Amino acid sequence: MEIPYVIQPRPDTGIYNAKVGIWLFLASEVMLFGALFSAYVLLRVGAVPGEWPHGWQNLTLGTINTLVLAVSAITTLLAWVACKTRQFGKFKFFHGCTLLLALAFLCIKSEEYREHLTHYEIQLTDGRIAEGDMRENNSQNDYVLIDGRYVAEEKDLYDLRAQKDPKPEEIKIPRAQIKEMQNYGPWHNDYLALYFTLTGLHALHVLGGSIVIGYLWGPGRRLWQTDPEHFTNRVEVSGLFWHFVDLVWIFLFPVLYLM
Amino acid sequence: MDETVHSFPAYDEVPGDHGHGHAAHHDPGFWRGYVFSTDHKVIGIQYGFTALCFLLFGFFLILLMRWQIAHPGVPVPFIGPLLEKILGPTMAGHGAISPDLYNSFGAMHGTIMIFLGVVPLAFAAFGNYVVPLMIGAPDMAFPRVNMASYQAYVLGGIVMLVSFFIPGGAAQAGWTSYSPLATTIPTHGQAFWIIGMVLLITSSLLGAVNFIATIIQLRAPGMTWMRLPFFVWAQFVTAFLLLLAFPPLEAAALMQLMDNLAHTSFFLPTGLAVGGHLAHVSGGGSPLLWQHLFWFLGHPEVYVLILPAMGIVCEIIANNTRKPIWGYKSLVYSVLAIGFLSFIVWAHHMYLTGMGTKIATFFQATTLAISIPSVIILTCLLISLWGASIRFNTPMLFCLAFLPMFGIGGLTGLPLGLAPADIYLHDTYYVIAHFHYVVAPGTIFALFAGIYYWFPKMTGRRMNEFWGRVHFWASFVFMNVVFMPMFAQGMEGMLRRMADGGANYSAARVPGALDTLPNTIMEMHTWILWGAVALGLAQIPFIINLFWSLNHGEEAHSDNPWNSTTLEWQTPTPPPHGNFATPPQIHRGPYEYSVPGHDTDFTPQNEPEIPVTAPKISPMPAMH
Repeated sequence: MEIPYVIQPRPDTGIYNAKVGIWLFLASEVMLFGALFSAYVLLRVGAVPGEWPHGWQNLTLGTINTLVLAVSAITTLLAWVACKTRQFGKFKFFHGCTLLLALAFLCIKSEEYREHLTHYEIQLTDGRIAEGDMRENNSQNDYVLIDGRYVAEEKDLYDLRAQKDPKPEEIKIPRAQIKEMQNYGPWHNDYLALYFTLTGLHALHVLGGSIVIGYLWGPGRRLWQTDPEHFTNRVEVSGLFWHFVDLVWIFLFPVLYLM
Repeated sequence: MDETVHSFPAYDEVPGDHGHGHAAHHDPGFWRGYVFSTDHKVIGIQYGFTALCFLLFGFFLILLMRWQIAHPGVPVPFIGPLLEKILGPTMAGHGAISPDLYNSFGAMHGTIMIFLGVVPLAFAAFGNYVVPLMIGAPDMAFPRVNMASYQAYVLGGIVMLVSFFIPGGAAQAGWTSYSPLATTIPTHGQAFWIIGMVLLITSSLLGAVNFIATIIQLRAPGMTWMRLPFFVWAQFVTAFLLLLAFPPLEAAALMQLMDNLAHTSFFLPTGLAVGGHLAHVSGGGSPLLWQHLFWFLGHPEVYVLILPAMGIVCEIIANNTRKPIWGYKSLVYSVLAIGFLSFIVWAHHMYLTGMGTKIATFFQATTLAISIPSVIILTCLLISLWGASIRFNTPMLFCLAFLPMFGIGGLTGLPLGLAPADIYLHDTYYVIAHFHYVVAPGTIFALFAGIYYWFPKMTGRRMNEFWGRVHFWASFVFMNVVFMPMFAQGMEGMLRRMADGGANYSAARVPGALDTLPNTIMEMHTWILWGAVALGLAQIPFIINLFWSLNHGEEAHSDNPWNSTTLEWQTPTPPPHGNFATPPQIHRGPYEYSVPGHDTDFTPQNEPEIPVTAPKISPMPAMH
């Protein structure tokens, strides 16, 4: 006996095996991200009032990335439609676009990470706090150079939404005056920890989805010659995963960038 | 999509190979046949063998711990020098178990027994071997995913084992890995634990998707939902629990990994002090968050351990009472109810955390509610025995012992479900005794029963009946010698996870102090130790029997030596690749034993309807 319903749907359930599989897998993914979003809610509700960061993200890049993923959802759908209508050239074109968009998303995300990781909070021995982008941090020199500003208190760092056109100035701080210096990595506070963990896990999903789509676009396309229906199913299943990854971002963007 | 549905042929018209042709066409060779096999039966046996090895190893860890509890600080006889050689003098100086080593053995005993032993054996091994056969499928829906699942499991096991040998040793924060403890212990064992767990979670995710898809899609024609054997239902619900409950633990594990390696503060509160100093962390995290996420898995996990066991017991009881299971529908609806309720009881592990009486009340209510379907299942199985002429073979003995043993485990859980009683009993040996009664003489007995029962299908030979009985009676007696005293110890207030077994709080150490542990309670450690040693010896007949019977056991002489109705016995023995010679057609429910008017006392599910010329038979009531 051979395994049935690999390609054709089972009459009473109406779907083929892999589609059942991917929906179950996505249910599990919902629980995974759901748990992380609950962690976000619990930590944010439990935070000291007024100390939850706002406006720490580069909204321009975030918005561009949202659009990039939204367009990639459309090209994914069109790639599947192309398979259904047996137009292989169109499939190659649309999923080529999907792959480029995925690459663009990951590049923009890396740039955002770079911005955070080169942004520093520096506590001075006289009680002042400096924050800004690191320009020069050479251990040979006895100073560090940042583009930023001084604030009087820690709490002035949390809400940056009201800041109108902050003109960073170049600040030179002697190392002797530095009490503590830390960049805006996940270790900096819970908000950044959540930001890096959630978007990092999401980026891994984008990467994983790209690998699968890249496989179908590249070496996996041989199946098209022998069994186009089976190939179309694979495109559909990988497309379902891709839409889920997009959907997660649709939740991540407001939660981390806007709220 | 509708037109595509109708334009494709139905199941039995699917272009098939020539029956179970694969094995006949080409010999897959050793590597493809036994190591990288995609055949569900081979994978089931791989899972079973690996899981049994892990069970033995986990048992070995607890033997060492029981020695330490009974004789704190005394070098372990025989293997003490070996321990010192392997793990170094800081962990096992002079062959005695240090408190750090005790803690890591404790954490790893729990982890190994649950995630590497019982779940892979109960769910993955039996599920893989038996479920596709029972539903009349040629294999699992995704054979290669199935293989990947086993490989991820082995990899996770290796990561866990390797962590014993890194500097600082394996994880020491208990199998529950509570933060901030898990982050502040100076060993990378916890990171190994987390990575191992992520691999095991991946494995169970792949397995769960596969099982559910298989049961939904690959049921043979005529195998309707209410004709599924109860074991399949139990595995179906178990798979959903694994699918939906494990990911939150994965999320928690990722966050704890970030805490440990990237120095985030997901679970580390502001003002955390470690070793008397303020820890250098950003703070703001919530230790309660870890507990919620952990127990969101942790409690459904309990049912992952017990539901497959109930399924096995149900099959064997039906077979050996030679009559239909009493209340098949009640069993099915109960197992579904358990599956649902098990997601909303988790915080009964957290009454002591100060989460508030209102929340505690909610979880007390759901916890007591979930005992109802559990009791229904047990009652159905018990009533099934009524008026039967029972065949007392080894599998049946284990199943009969399962009923009262699981009963003890379940009923002693009720006080723990109520906050006022739990606040006293929390983290005592009472809890240890309670859940071990559920898992050890409960689930593990059912697993033994399953091995004795399905062994003839896997090999064509029976296991030796006499040594099976020796194994049963010795295990039965010594399980109780080991676990029964722990109820008394716990009620006297002896806490778990103490490397000196409570000697510090004993009346002998501090005479005259209030509420010390009396000598009678402390002496029980010695009984338990020797009970555990004897329990270990009792497994020797089983191990020898298992391997000896492979080649020398009494031949089964039949594909269906137990005269069973379910489909797995209606195949060649052992089932070839592809399982069934011809696609089976299912005509009736799973437990049609002793149907009046039938020639034999069993009617297999795939036996065609009796022609109208035969004497009219009265249909079994309530079997659909």
